[in-house]
Amino acid sequence: MKLKLLGAIGLAAMLAACSGENANTGAASGMGASAAPTGAAAPGSEADLVANVGDRVYYALNESTLSSDAQGTLDRQAAWLARYPQVTIQVAGNCDDRGTEEFNIALGERRANAARDYLVSKGVSAGRITTISYGKDRPTALGDDEQSWQQNRNAITAVH
Amino acid sequence: MASEFFPTRRTMIAGSIGTGLAASPLSAFAQSGPGAAPASPNAPGAAEITVDQAHTAPIPIAIPSFGPGIGDQITQVISDDLGGSGLFRVLGSAASAGGSGTPDFSSYRSIGAQALAAGNASAGGDLRVEFRLWDVLAGQQIQGTAYTTSAANWRRIAHKIADVIYQRMLGEKGYFDTRIAYVARSGPRGRQQTRLAIMDQDGANSRYLTSGRWLVLTPRFHPTRDEIAFMSYANDRPRVYLFDLASGREEVLGEFEGISFAPRFSPDGGSVVLSATRGGGSDIFRVDLASRSSTRLTSSGSIDTSPCFSPDGSQIVFNSDRGGSPQLYVMSASGGAARRISYGSGQYGSPVWSPRGDLIAFTRIGGAGFSIGVMMPDGTGERILTQGFTVESPTFCPNGRVMAYCRQSAAGAGGAGFSTSLATIDIAGFNDHALRMAGGASDPAWSPING
Repeated sequence: MKLKLLGAIGLAAMLAACSGENANTGAASGMGASAAPTGAAAPGSEADLVANVGDRVYYALNESTLSSDAQGTLDRQAAWLARYPQVTIQVAGNCDDRGTEEFNIALGERRANAARDYLVSKGVSAGRITTISYGKDRPTALGDDEQSWQQNRNAITAVH
Repeated sequence: MASEFFPTRRTMIAGSIGTGLAASPLSAFAQSGPGAAPASPNAPGAAEITVDQAHTAPIPIAIPSFGPGIGDQITQVISDDLGGSGLFRVLGSAASAGGSGTPDFSSYRSIGAQALAAGNASAGGDLRVEFRLWDVLAGQQIQGTAYTTSAANWRRIAHKIADVIYQRMLGEKGYFDTRIAYVARSGPRGRQQTRLAIMDQDGANSRYLTSGRWLVLTPRFHPTRDEIAFMSYANDRPRVYLFDLASGREEVLGEFEGISFAPRFSPDGGSVVLSATRGGGSDIFRVDLASRSSTRLTSSGSIDTSPCFSPDGSQIVFNSDRGGSPQLYVMSASGGAARRISYGSGQYGSPVWSPRGDLIAFTRIGGAGFSIGVMMPDGTGERILTQGFTVESPTFCPNGRVMAYCRQSAAGAGGAGFSTSLATIDIAGFNDHALRMAGGASDPAWSPING
């Protein structure tokens, strides 16, 4: 029962947070070309998202600006979400380990919010999206080199 | 009696109901012939040596065994505390113990001892430890105390004796009867299991406080209660919790629309400052612990985080990227205008105000890697104390002379060779060394005295 209550509060908070936000502008026009599902992934599943849409976008050092590549990926996510309206998602922001733990929690959330706001600007209902930040605590690439750090500065969309 | 020694927090494991610890003075042995006035049991300070002097010339102190078994163990802990501080040079017990009676000072002088800590421990039922600190050169007792407690408390008695020696010899309070809360880390780097944990400052008596199911970060001690504030991702909803050390109970602190994180208690223990994400940034709030009402202290739209009170409670130092990159700022504890204090190259973060008030410790990131340093609260006098691939999360011991921090190695391909551990360093930059611990650790938080 506690979980249920917290969920409701979280949703309300999310809606409140979104209402004051202006969506990013300058996005590529249209909903983007959506690739036809391939492989064995069930349509509308996490595996489908990863294999056929692209589940993550990358950021520059200390930045949360969406590159044109990132916008293209989010355009495809928005189109995919339009096709599967029952799907809700969580966008998780992450950082490389070249910042302090606490600052990176906020930076990861800033990145997740940038992706979330872009999706909302493309017509995805804010109520379908939650965000979270893991700071530097959930690295995708496990090494400490430029290439790993690039991979770890991201926002990852997951079916929730 | 016990309440005199533990006015606030952690209580001793009681040997019997109502008796945690009794301490009573031990009178000095007569040093002169008949008719001489008895010496005071606790002579006024031998503290003519400053901590700064002891850095370059550690005080030679003889600590002969307090007796077989538990006596030996107590002697070892006292020796490790004092020797590990870098301010004492513990001499082997070349001379006989002299646990009772007047020591043979000439034999201690001959091995170069300036001080002598002598005592004996007897554990029949309750533990009784008699302890005397002697000025070897003057042949005078500086302190004499008898402790009676449950045998389970033997380590704490040893730490208390080390604290007494530190204070009598250096004129500042010791920090050995303290604990460090931290985040214990295990498993693969990409998804480490994290558990809130607590141990004695020397690494002994480590125990887990949470199960490891959820990511936990940044424990911080309450200044007077047996309580920790920390961040937990419980139920995938990251936010600040309070953890009651006596009961193990957790509760959420405050309701915020975003992620709440980076908690620190006010010096009076009446409130917590923390930050909460909003839009593309995070704001700093003060949460009153009695009413649970929150007051927003910043709303810059940028990331404002890692707030920490000055020890008098009047100011807050924090981390913000409002100027473009993460830097340190100081503002009034009630919010308002903030002034930037960090101006070196690179980025700054995780500021923490010294309990002495005269320094702010920080993490600095730039060029080759991370470093930990200190500066004065106006931003002047910056000194780097230690460097590494990742060194962060400094936390002061109660007397402000030593910091614990987290040190992490660079990982190779696939995370090979990654390690995360705790270390301590003197604020003068001396005595940088790893804490002896089993397993990975991060996020140290040093308790108050007797905490």
